[in-house]
Amino acid sequence: MDMNEIKEIFFQECEEQLAELESGLLRINDGDSDPETVNAVFRAVHSIKGGAGAFGLDELVAFAHVFETTLDCVRSNKLQTSSDLLKVMLKSADVLADLTAASRDGGSIDKSRTSVLVKELEAFAKGTPLPVAAPAAEPAKQEAPAAAAPEPAEDSGFQPVPFSFDDFGDEDDAASPVEAGGGGRSVFTVRFKPRSDLYAKGNEAVLLLRDLAKVGDLQVRCETDTLPPIDQLDPEGAYFSWLIRVETDKDEDAIRHVFEFAEWDCMFEVTPGADEEAFAAQTVLGEDQPMAPVPFDLSMLDDEPAMPVAAAEPAVVVSMPAPAVAEPAANPAEDAPLAPPSLPRAEKAIAAEAEKKDATVAAVPAAPQTIRVDLDRVDRLINLVGELVINQAMLAQSVVENETGGSSAINLGLEELQQLTREIQDSVMAIRAQPVKPVFQRMGRIVREIADMTGKNVRLVTEGENTEVDKTVIDKLAEPLTHMIRNAVDHGLETPEKRLALGKNAEGVLRLTAKHRSGRIVIEIADDGAGINRERVRSKAIENGLIAPDSNLSDEEIDNLIFHPGFSTAEKLSDISGRGVGMDVVKRSIQQLGGRISITSKPGKGSVFTMSLPLTLAVLDGMVVTVANQTLVVPLTAIVETLQPEKKDIHAFGPTQRLIAIRDTFCPLIDVGHILNFRPDLANPIDGVALLVESEGGGQRALMVDAIQGQRQVVIKSLEANYTNVPGIAAATILGDGRVALILDVDAVVTASRGHALSSEMTLSATG
Amino acid sequence: MRVSDNDMCELIAFTIGDQEFCVEVMAVREIRGWTPATPLPHSPGYVRGVINLRGVVLPVMDMSLRLGMEPTDPSERHVIIVIQIGKQFVGLLVDSVSDILTVPATDIQPPPDVSKEMDRDFVQGIIPIEGRMVCLIQLNALFGSIESEAA
Repeated sequence: MDMNEIKEIFFQECEEQLAELESGLLRINDGDSDPETVNAVFRAVHSIKGGAGAFGLDELVAFAHVFETTLDCVRSNKLQTSSDLLKVMLKSADVLADLTAASRDGGSIDKSRTSVLVKELEAFAKGTPLPVAAPAAEPAKQEAPAAAAPEPAEDSGFQPVPFSFDDFGDEDDAASPVEAGGGGRSVFTVRFKPRSDLYAKGNEAVLLLRDLAKVGDLQVRCETDTLPPIDQLDPEGAYFSWLIRVETDKDEDAIRHVFEFAEWDCMFEVTPGADEEAFAAQTVLGEDQPMAPVPFDLSMLDDEPAMPVAAAEPAVVVSMPAPAVAEPAANPAEDAPLAPPSLPRAEKAIAAEAEKKDATVAAVPAAPQTIRVDLDRVDRLINLVGELVINQAMLAQSVVENETGGSSAINLGLEELQQLTREIQDSVMAIRAQPVKPVFQRMGRIVREIADMTGKNVRLVTEGENTEVDKTVIDKLAEPLTHMIRNAVDHGLETPEKRLALGKNAEGVLRLTAKHRSGRIVIEIADDGAGINRERVRSKAIENGLIAPDSNLSDEEIDNLIFHPGFSTAEKLSDISGRGVGMDVVKRSIQQLGGRISITSKPGKGSVFTMSLPLTLAVLDGMVVTVANQTLVVPLTAIVETLQPEKKDIHAFGPTQRLIAIRDTFCPLIDVGHILNFRPDLANPIDGVALLVESEGGGQRALMVDAIQGQRQVVIKSLEANYTNVPGIAAATILGDGRVALILDVDAVVTASRGHALSSEMTLSATG
Repeated sequence: MRVSDNDMCELIAFTIGDQEFCVEVMAVREIRGWTPATPLPHSPGYVRGVINLRGVVLPVMDMSLRLGMEPTDPSERHVIIVIQIGKQFVGLLVDSVSDILTVPATDIQPPPDVSKEMDRDFVQGIIPIEGRMVCLIQLNALFGSIESEAA
């Protein structure tokens, strides 16, 4: 694994952390006061900072650090969450995401934006009544109570914090030892006890001490008492601890900074003031401690059988009913203050287990275990299962054809095979299925940005974000969704003033909902804004020549005009949504996914965009039809209805065109066989079946086919893989008889027919 | 295909009508019997359509028509040679597979400067074998033209 791969993993993890960060902040914003949420948010920023530091991404580290500092204040209850604070934090999360992206892809981000946020964050961190362990800028403010701040390492689970209560006493009496050195130099006592993890990760205590020496003058004592006899020594264990007296003109943060990347893997504690006593005492520290150190939370071991915990004896940390316990008891006193990781193996294993257990508990609401798998592997599996499905169908068909004596055993076996294949297919599809959550989360940011730009107050409410859909669908969903969200905020919602004047809440609500409905995913974007201004849409459509000035359209028809390719109001639109991309593009991208989109709007109440998408792009529900002796599949989503044309409904229109009358409207009839070159002459419509399809422009066309064979779920196979794009054909599939059938590209066929109509129209006008 | 002088070439020979052709053996994935193909609309006449090769949608080319001869009327005795070039697979419809040849690269003679009918581009060279003549097909040329003609 080379550096780039590791870096790539880091960025992948960053993405997860960023998502965690944002959702955490949003939860806090919604009034979640669970400290674990704050911790999760803090951890996310901290991990990004840690990783970024390892890769030398200084800009990212710098920003993450400031962010983290402010979060730490929130975490330690020095800073109350407020909506202003959360606003800044959400923005910071966005900037952090940008910085991460910039670090990954190169490029840079707007420095002024970063620096403004840095100032705001710092202001929050400092501007609280309580003294705060402020960023390095303000060493003077460094005061004693900071020592009481919970250790950042605390939430990593197993984290013994054996601090002496004497320290607190000292501070209450006088602020004496802190400013011991005079001339603004302070003295700190650092206790540092690496766990074996620290060494396992390639860190080195000596290097950390060397770094610490740059902060100030050190007086270091290495405690070697816990070193077991050589026959009990774990070669990979960590036995030494250090007691360090630091005299420095810097603050506590500077010290913590040195241990920053090691803090999860060691026991580390900074106390202001010199613990002269500790230094004076040569070996018998344990007895000096007024308070029994509790190296780890005993409750963790609750479910261990019969655990005689010698709580009364400060020295004995844990005693197990195991023989190994005899050894540590031999020198309990020395063991005490910084002991736990040095326990002999048996206990160490337990400690590790406890640690593990705790880590699982700490993981935010019991996240299920996951593994990363290359997408290619999953796709390969899906392909194979597709083959299996086809093969099973072929087998079933040939058994039916051959009438294999009607053996019930064969039929039973086949049935079971079918059942199993179905189940395998479903499970494999489920692997690719992902919740829409990440996409929805991205929308949160887009809403914030546009709300900022337009000066509107918007609250995004998301529902059903755990609804799952195939990854390809998710990947292609972001773009149309972004566009629609932009549109909804920019055009749908009114300004706060206007909303208040209308008696609405100043804050507009944008509701993003996902749910499963009859084997498809339905995504709704609802705003409580003004709704579609039908008069304006209508006049615009007339202006652009989309509809005749005297045409009589229903409200719904007018609303849907905004999806028309010719309906571009781009020149009038603002910078935000009018980037030359109209709703027609949104509609097209949705249709490319095999989906549909519609809008319902109530004046003054708002609009709802509804998208319905297939759950997967690997299979498709199709209508199997016969055209000129060929079998074709027409995607079911395109078909509005099927009808049996009667002679009186068919009207010739020019030399080649025919229209079919459907309930008083005339709809162009397209002979699929002819347009695909399967037959030279137009077929007689009365002999076939017409499929009424809805095409891109919103117009309907009747596709004429010879016969309908039935509806079937088919596995989509690319034609491009071994051949090339075929006009009028979207893809191929393999039917139960083992033959390839082509899947019709309805939009392309309709477009092709339009070109045809255009030329015949020209002939008409030339002759007439 | 670049060959140095002392390389041996392994080739698979097949017949179309009474003529013999060959392709490099490394390009051949498998040889299978003819199964009816699903015709593709708007494609050149020599593309017979697509067949299902264990789940892969495989285009099948009528080699006879491709080389400017009569279209093949395929029967069960005809075979499809599945070849791979790059990442793409294509099936060549031929009358039969006749031989596996191992010839020194030096035996391959450049095609004579006459054939206008049988597109010269498709013939990389001719090989004399025991009084027969076998044409070595240039596979890349066969492939590259599908897309431009179909588009």
